[in-house]
Amino acid sequence: MRVTVKLFALMREKAGTDTVVLDIPEGANLAQAMAALVRHHPVLEPYMANTRCALQMDFVDPETSLAAGDELALIPPVSGGV
Amino acid sequence: MFTVTTEPLSVQQLNDLVKRPTDGAVVTFDGIVRNNFDGRPVEYLEYEAYAIMAEKKLAEIGAEVQQKFAIGAIAMAHRIGRLEIGESSIVIAVAAPHRHAAFEACAYAMDRVKAEVPVWKKEFFTDGADHWVNQN
Repeated sequence: MRVTVKLFALMREKAGTDTVVLDIPEGANLAQAMAALVRHHPVLEPYMANTRCALQMDFVDPETSLAAGDELALIPPVSGGV
Repeated sequence: MFTVTTEPLSVQQLNDLVKRPTDGAVVTFDGIVRNNFDGRPVEYLEYEAYAIMAEKKLAEIGAEVQQKFAIGAIAMAHRIGRLEIGESSIVIAVAAPHRHAAFEACAYAMDRVKAEVPVWKKEFFTDGADHWVNQN
């Protein structure tokens, strides 16, 4: 199944793209999707430990099961405001 | 109103939006672009957001603040894109019957924004270097 991962800020620049489409096994969870992402873009690996993941605009745990068509977003430490 | 926009922010607009006849206080926070980062001269900033999630998070924080403090309305606007020194990056307005709740709620909302809202700041220094804040 395919899921989409949106990248922002430094991770977007390092990967050279703001969207990555992953083909992962049916029933895969978020942790498995992130492992697949790092295989495709090893340059992201150093940032993963400090990065949260959002699914349908809410923060989710690594155990979260994914469905085909899900849109994930990687949320590195935020720095909005001032 | 909870919004993420590339347009300049107006403190007065948010102030007018939250004020009701029963409120005796409106506290506004105007976050502005500083000309230095730990003393290193900054030329300008760029803010990037996951805008649709950022607006959702701002609204959730607004609801949380209303639960927690005795306030009336709250509005928050975050600007993204390129911002020059002295421009407003975020404006928060809180109206309440009494001042203490408005002060506390405004400070609390700003702390929550800095922790939870997917917005990222990149600083461009006058020497030509740049960096993403809180990353690496």
